[in-house]
Amino acid sequence: MAVDISRSALEGASSMTGGETRFDVAVVGAGPAGTTCALLLARAGLEVALIERGPYPGSKNTFGGVLYRHPLEQIVPRFWERAPIERKVIDKQYWLLTEDSAVKLGHRSRRFAEEPYNTFTVLRAKFDRWYAEQAREAGAMLIPSTVALEAIRDERGRVIGVRTDREQGDLYASVVVAADGVNSLLSRQLGLHGELRPEHVALGVKEVIALGEDRIRERFNLEGDEGADISLLGAVTKGMVGGGFIYTNRDTVSVGVVANADAYRRSGNSPVDLLEEMKAHPLIRPLLEGGQLKEYQAHLIPEGGFDAMPPLCADGLLVVGDAASLVNAAFFEGSNHAILSGQLAAETILEAKSKGDFSAQALAGYERRLRQSVTLRDLKGLRRLPGLLHSHPQYFAIYPELLNEAAHHFLAADGRPKRDKVRGALKAVTARRSPWQLLRDLWDVWRGTNLWP
Amino acid sequence: MALALRIEDKLYITKFRVDDKSHLKIKDKEKCRQCIGRPCLTCCPVRGYQLQEDGTVAADYEGCLECGTCRVLCPEQNLEWHYPTGGMGVIYRYG
Repeated sequence: MAVDISRSALEGASSMTGGETRFDVAVVGAGPAGTTCALLLARAGLEVALIERGPYPGSKNTFGGVLYRHPLEQIVPRFWERAPIERKVIDKQYWLLTEDSAVKLGHRSRRFAEEPYNTFTVLRAKFDRWYAEQAREAGAMLIPSTVALEAIRDERGRVIGVRTDREQGDLYASVVVAADGVNSLLSRQLGLHGELRPEHVALGVKEVIALGEDRIRERFNLEGDEGADISLLGAVTKGMVGGGFIYTNRDTVSVGVVANADAYRRSGNSPVDLLEEMKAHPLIRPLLEGGQLKEYQAHLIPEGGFDAMPPLCADGLLVVGDAASLVNAAFFEGSNHAILSGQLAAETILEAKSKGDFSAQALAGYERRLRQSVTLRDLKGLRRLPGLLHSHPQYFAIYPELLNEAAHHFLAADGRPKRDKVRGALKAVTARRSPWQLLRDLWDVWRGTNLWP
Repeated sequence: MALALRIEDKLYITKFRVDDKSHLKIKDKEKCRQCIGRPCLTCCPVRGYQLQEDGTVAADYEGCLECGTCRVLCPEQNLEWHYPTGGMGVIYRYG
């Protein structure tokens, strides 16, 4: 049904302009980045097309996941009162796992249960759809069930529109915004970058499992619409760079595992088996017991960081969100940076429009804005991290085991004096990693994360 | 546990609108025969690639979740990987 509605909408627009469909801006992809950009431009009175390949926005999208209050709040004030959010996250946990044990770290705060909330669990098929509806209400033309096949360029190579998979589906625009996600066929077709490198992407697989609100509150120790976010490191990825997650939604949980694509290739591990084994882990299984699968999902995550970013602009083109590789993998942040990049792209386009110049030079303000923003300041600070994790798999393979081994020695009351137990715990560590290696690993993390004031 | 499901069952529960033409195409079947490792066989989250008796690889597009991992990992860049026709393919209801 969505197909027919959008088809007539597109043909309607086409006939109005005498055969050629023209917009100020064509945004490809109605995820958080594209929708933000379309929404802000539509509010400013521009003619905006928001092209989505799924039958509705969000139908191709997934993440862990949580959506942070910032920076969406600046675009839709108090969005949490209207948007389809699942739970307000008050509890963040890290579990460092072996096959049968965990060292747990975490932070639970009552402050996160009150305004201003920090982060919310959401399901993207619901949230993205709602968010794109805000853009549509602001005046953007949402065109679903439409694939942008390639950019249309003029004789000087400038991007002047997009060719879609509809009959007579060429859309012309002063600026095209590539918000087409991690695979960004558009920016690769334009030659902005080659194929994604395996070490620069992670594959996430996830299940949405229905548990019911009562069981979720009981098992995760929550009240009302409070939520928990559990990151799982160690045994769940079999030594591959990555981790698992459990997020509580309203009456479902999102359970998944993410690992580097190159690590998958080298190990021959199967994501299908990895997720099944994670769900069967003795510390995880009781949380999911009796649940019912609602959906199975898979998606790539651009985790290459600062040095994996493609050029962000060309004549008539801007690249935003996952397409621009704006993910801070170490902090599990992506959708917030996507929204911010969409906002900065919109600001840049408005500035370019006021000058009537949409050349790469005129659009370069986008990159300048992004560099001054939290997004690129964080990604730049962490630029060494993806390479470091790649060359130091011990952080995922050995350290969770060491910590568990040490905790086990320390906590077991077995008739030995505490001094011996501390010695035992230290020995358990140094048997696997020499003091020199421990120092070296610490130093490398310190150096690899340039976040220290 | 009832939660341990086969991939076929997971895909049965997940919603698809199957395109009548494949969006995945192996460019040169011979290259798959020579391929070392064949990462597509293990990395695909729906086990969409199957080794054939003659050493070639068959791609099943119908249960594809459109993640792109196979394309990224193909050592020979031997995959023509497109999106399904607009509105087709996987349709997440939760996401």
